[in-house]
Amino acid sequence: MLNVGKIEEGFVLDHIKAGKSLSIYYHLGLDKLDCTVAIIKNARSNKLGKKDILKVECDIHMLDMDVLAVIDHNITVNVIKNGKIVDKKDLQLPKEIRDVYQCKNPRCITSIEQGLPHIFVLADEETETYRCKYCEEKAREQM
Amino acid sequence: MRHLMSPLDFSVEELEALFELANDIEQHRDRYAHACDGLKLATCFYEPSTRTRLSFESAMLNLGGSVIGFSDAGSSSASKGESVADTIRVVSCFADICAMRHPKEGAPMVAAQFSGIPVINAGDGGHQHPTQTLTDLLTIRSLKGRLGNFTIGLCGDLKFGRTVHSLINALVRYEGIRFVFISPEELRIPDYLIDMLKEKGIPYHEVISLDDVMPQLDLLYMTRVQKERFFNEEDYVRLKDFYILDKTKMERAREDMLILHPLPRVNEISVEVDNDPRAVYFKQVQYGVYVRMALILTLLNISV
Repeated sequence: MLNVGKIEEGFVLDHIKAGKSLSIYYHLGLDKLDCTVAIIKNARSNKLGKKDILKVECDIHMLDMDVLAVIDHNITVNVIKNGKIVDKKDLQLPKEIRDVYQCKNPRCITSIEQGLPHIFVLADEETETYRCKYCEEKAREQM
Repeated sequence: MRHLMSPLDFSVEELEALFELANDIEQHRDRYAHACDGLKLATCFYEPSTRTRLSFESAMLNLGGSVIGFSDAGSSSASKGESVADTIRVVSCFADICAMRHPKEGAPMVAAQFSGIPVINAGDGGHQHPTQTLTDLLTIRSLKGRLGNFTIGLCGDLKFGRTVHSLINALVRYEGIRFVFISPEELRIPDYLIDMLKEKGIPYHEVISLDDVMPQLDLLYMTRVQKERFFNEEDYVRLKDFYILDKTKMERAREDMLILHPLPRVNEISVEVDNDPRAVYFKQVQYGVYVRMALILTLLNISV
């Protein structure tokens, strides 16, 4: 059994589908931050069988969690302060996401225009469908 | 500042005001002859177009304004690799309003984000062509006297035809519309539009034979089977003359049924139908100029 110690301030992202933690690491921009991150893969889980966990030690205002809802809104986000869980965040689908998905439509302006962010807007909350802001192409599974 | 990217950018009430203005322009053209004196329209056309570009230019000239622009990407700085964002920033310094056609979907929206002047989407690939839809709506409203309470047949290429898709999306906002989709199996209306009609409880039916449904229709919107949409020449040849509207078919139509077509027409409407008073596709072109005049005035906030 592997033990990873407690964090003083930051987030513990629990119930991540096994194998998705690295994708979340990059989508949250953790690779660009100078903070301590523990990536635990394939931990035992009663709920999922196997799961990933991310522990991020950072100021709790530093991270935008909106993107997590797009990846998997079943992830549990525990907010930690002074070594204790002070909040559990409810993940809501953001109305607009930027540079999370890439538009795959070869006829879309994003395929040629330099420096243009790939923006997707929430078209249908029920089916969790996002569409490209420019060409309305459906976002395809990329995470 | 306001732009036009999709026909749904305007509410039904705003469209009513636009159509009222277009009809007033039709009745009193002289009154509007100097409405845009000293103002310039830039037509930024990254792909060839005859009707749409000339219609925009004619609209601005009718309003007393002038026109600058380019009519294909090769004669613009796009051939040197300039981005749409940079082009519109530059054009904003030269003109007061811009009509943009681009083969890439969403290009006019990018332009609108970086523009200092109103941008009108004059067609972006297979995505939107809002001024064609406004033209279709104005034609129906002016000649039928109403937008609603009619049965409209859409015939031909219902799969790839962006004008058809836009028109359906615009018409579902009005009461009492019944759709009849007439197409070969291969060019059927996309499922997402059928799903939308089912969800809204709007009556429709799909048929292959045009003859059978002719007597039911108040409006018939014909479309061309577009060669450029086919990967396989054989399929195009097989489907291009699937529907030909001729005098014999017109005998089955109602006395007051109107025939619309976004043009260009190839074989789908026989030339012998052109003199039938129910054939209004050339009047439709004229309404296209009026609606673009009304749109330019509206986006520039000019009242006469």
